[in-house]
Amino acid sequence: MHAIVIPATRGKQSVTPSATGTVWIKKFLDSRLRGNDKKRVSDNMPKTAAPKSLKGKTSLKKEQQLELYRWMVLNRAFDDKISLLYRRGLVIGAAFSSLGQEATSCASTYALNKDDIIGPMIRNSGSMLVKGMAPRDFLANYMFRVNSPTGGRDGNTHMGDLRLGMIAPVSMLGCTIALCSGFVLAARMRGEKRVALTWIGEGSTSTGEFHEDVNFAAVMKAPMVVIIENNQYAYSTPTSKQCLAERFADKAIGYGIKNAPTIDGNDALEVYETTKKAVDAARRGDGTQIIEAITFRRKGHAEHDPAKYVPKELVEYWEKNDPITRFENYLLDAGYANESWIEKLKAQCRQEVEDAEVWVNAQPQPDPATVAQGVYADQPHPAHENDDFLYKQKFH
Amino acid sequence: MAAITYIQAISDGLREEMQRDDSVFCLGQDIGVYGGAFGVTKDLITQFGEERVWDTPLSETAIIGNAIGAALYGMRPVAEMQFADFVACGFNQIVSNAAKIHYRWGPKVPMVVRLPWGGGVSGGPFHSGCMEAWFFNVPGLKLVCPSTPTDAKGLIKAAIRDDNPVLYFEHKHLYRLPKVKEEVPEGDYVTPIGTARIAREGKHATIITYGIMVHYSVEAAETLAKEGVEVEVIDLRSLRPFDKEAVLASVRKTSRAMLVTEATITGSITGEFAALISDAAFEHLDAPIKRVGALDTPIPYAPPLEQAMLPDVKKIETALRELLAY
Repeated sequence: MHAIVIPATRGKQSVTPSATGTVWIKKFLDSRLRGNDKKRVSDNMPKTAAPKSLKGKTSLKKEQQLELYRWMVLNRAFDDKISLLYRRGLVIGAAFSSLGQEATSCASTYALNKDDIIGPMIRNSGSMLVKGMAPRDFLANYMFRVNSPTGGRDGNTHMGDLRLGMIAPVSMLGCTIALCSGFVLAARMRGEKRVALTWIGEGSTSTGEFHEDVNFAAVMKAPMVVIIENNQYAYSTPTSKQCLAERFADKAIGYGIKNAPTIDGNDALEVYETTKKAVDAARRGDGTQIIEAITFRRKGHAEHDPAKYVPKELVEYWEKNDPITRFENYLLDAGYANESWIEKLKAQCRQEVEDAEVWVNAQPQPDPATVAQGVYADQPHPAHENDDFLYKQKFH
Repeated sequence: MAAITYIQAISDGLREEMQRDDSVFCLGQDIGVYGGAFGVTKDLITQFGEERVWDTPLSETAIIGNAIGAALYGMRPVAEMQFADFVACGFNQIVSNAAKIHYRWGPKVPMVVRLPWGGGVSGGPFHSGCMEAWFFNVPGLKLVCPSTPTDAKGLIKAAIRDDNPVLYFEHKHLYRLPKVKEEVPEGDYVTPIGTARIAREGKHATIITYGIMVHYSVEAAETLAKEGVEVEVIDLRSLRPFDKEAVLASVRKTSRAMLVTEATITGSITGEFAALISDAAFEHLDAPIKRVGALDTPIPYAPPLEQAMLPDVKKIETALRELLAY
């Protein structure tokens, strides 16, 4: 974890928890219209004003809250950079933004132990950063450099690192759930109490893979937490065309997973607390847990997609419900941070990403002569030739 | 040492590997308490406990996906598909995840998927198929297909010890077939992946084949031997990687080549071998390369239909005579 300078506090020292988030999520769910195509444009238009701050009920110390906030700011700085590089043609293929979804990735991952594992999806770049992936390695993957987790063999967020407990995503949605449960079930055979955290979009819960893998994990009591990250659009498909259940978390009961909550996914502290509780339960032996986090994808599916199918007023609403701004308001109200500290932190994070880009630009692209190397494990992957960790299997 | 069946050889190999290495474990439907639909894993749960013999829910994709996850951890899982046909329900995890992980980001995926495969048992369209060609086209996978008890044991061990995902095709018609029973070598041994075996030596023509067709081909060759024609039969044993040198050496010796597969012929793996021979041994050939396989239909249930669809000794013999007469 990065060292963080704590600002001098001012104003009141404690935060009175308000019911804002809880009330909001109830109203949000009430406002969901389902199965009526004519009303599709207002599909998920909440009828209540966006919350300005956080509930603020947390076990995290002030320093931890500031650290978590920093991860979210770094996550956004990183995503901003990716968007920019994509527009300049320096990131090619697909670039996926997590704009507005930083809390669901960063705050949930913050609830893990070092040896726990994550199975991120494309919009969980924040989880990878929190788990220890350096921005420069991450960026190097996007920019297909030899010194990157895949060495140019796969793009965007499709990378993993077992040292950091990170399983690489694939484009076939749902598949990562089984890899995560298999990993922690194997760890359990060795007497280790490791927990897996993975995410799935609300759209991907329509796959057989989701159903089969969650059911399997539940039966095997795999110590795993699955966050259904409901960002309300799967590419261009709104939730009403995805599933008629009132809540996506309702799917849990069919697997015998009880008390699956639906939470305000833009309230970082609520995401943290809910995930922590689920992670602790999984570690205790209570089996697989499900959480639905309501958030919103504020950009298109990928950078190429202007997302004209999303009503403007809906995007505007969610701009007001920004997880970073809300966290800031909370920190300011609590007197945990002041505006100059926030500005300084944002500048630091932007600089960190700038530095990463400078490093990446100095790295070579992969040598075409290596294209066939390491299709099988009989030869090392060109980017990991001297990697004792991978090739001597020291990871357990 | 007593002769053992093909199925016994697989069971013995599995048990010995589980004894040798505690990272080896099995998972699949009905494989524990029940002992597996065919009994391959019979009594393993008694010996190794449910920790290492997982009776799983009915989901091929979850079984394979969890095996991949366990392999990433460093275990050596052996997943059973109840029938090879059902791997269609787990296809994605094999081709999208298992096959590509090492190439993409470096970790090894040491896992085995066992696939009871093949027809001749009136299993019908969903319990008799040959799907090796689906996977033959996928870099990152290894495919093995023993035809004898010796290789059944040697290859299950080699597959388990391999650091890559290996699809182990076990022919269910061979499981308890008395005539393939044989004594297997004593002690610990492996059949190296990627090595073929000469099932029958000959000099007038070469049959390149695998699985149960090895036995049918040898039988057809024996018939012709009574007429003074000696046909060589190559048992591939491994399809990916396959033993190019053994194939080419035999064809260069005999100058006539025939591929025999139990699978539907169009798009079967035989085309790849025909291309190899044509590329690398064309000047040695005295006749066009011949292929024998199943008709291009789903595999039917009724014995007269199934027999009409699948290759058999007689069909192989007829094709051989054509090849030799050219």
